[in-house]
Amino acid sequence: MTIVKSTTQTISVSQRVTAGAICLFLGASLVFLVGMSHMGVVHNAAHDTRHSIGFPCH
Amino acid sequence: MIGRLVLAALIAGMAAGFIYGGIQHVRTTPLILAAEVFENAAKPAAHEHAAGTPSQHEHAAEEWAPNDGWQRTFSTTLASVITGAAFAVMLAGVSLLTGLPITPRNGLVWGMCGFLAVTVAPGAGLAPELPGMPAGDLVSRQIWWVATIIATGAGIFLIAKRRELPWLAAAVALIALPHIIGAPQPPTHETAVPAGLAASFAANTIAASAVLWSLIGLFLGLATERFSKEIYAT
Repeated sequence: MTIVKSTTQTISVSQRVTAGAICLFLGASLVFLVGMSHMGVVHNAAHDTRHSIGFPCH
Repeated sequence: MIGRLVLAALIAGMAAGFIYGGIQHVRTTPLILAAEVFENAAKPAAHEHAAGTPSQHEHAAEEWAPNDGWQRTFSTTLASVITGAAFAVMLAGVSLLTGLPITPRNGLVWGMCGFLAVTVAPGAGLAPELPGMPAGDLVSRQIWWVATIIATGAGIFLIAKRRELPWLAAAVALIALPHIIGAPQPPTHETAVPAGLAASFAANTIAASAVLWSLIGLFLGLATERFSKEIYAT
């Protein structure tokens, strides 16, 4: 009988949840920057994308 | 490994956002440019009115804005690439938090759930609007928009994960609640922008978003598959 040695390292639930929270925070920050920030320069640069995605604009 | 997963999700989203940027360039941006002609023509009149008439679309004169042409196309595409990356990394975050893996096989379903939560549900209250169209208070709309996405997403999660009747009833309530409360509306819908242009814009943006979200789901499934054994073991 051969034992297949797995090199796979699993991560714990708390690590997975932490990673998920980091992903959500990173994504939400980017969404805020592109879609919601009231800064004039950011608004002007992302203007057409804001309208196309359906972000509330103006 | 988590760093690599986040990077894979970002790249998957950037690729989807880049393709979306191409669709935008041919289908939605031309309609925005057409609407701006009407918006600018109506502008002197808009200043005469009190607040509440067509939202004054000020490009904050003293602030930098891309010039029409390649500058505007570039900054729009860049914004779309970032948006794609943002949506993808958030979808990956939901997958990690809930322990439901995104695979090449179910990626499209994940993408469609994102489309329902981020495009369809908020769009029912706040239809995609062209420049020069009247709109309610900006901050109220942003709050309603974010809250609707969270409530709809939570409702979809409950439907996906639970089979018990009370949970399903809660899901329906979460999805319906923002629409019962209602989105902030402008005092009037009168605008110089032709209705046909607005209708075409709404239809095209929703279709383009469907493509964006499908690609985000599919690309995420492909990009994160090799991590799933390690991540969803627990």
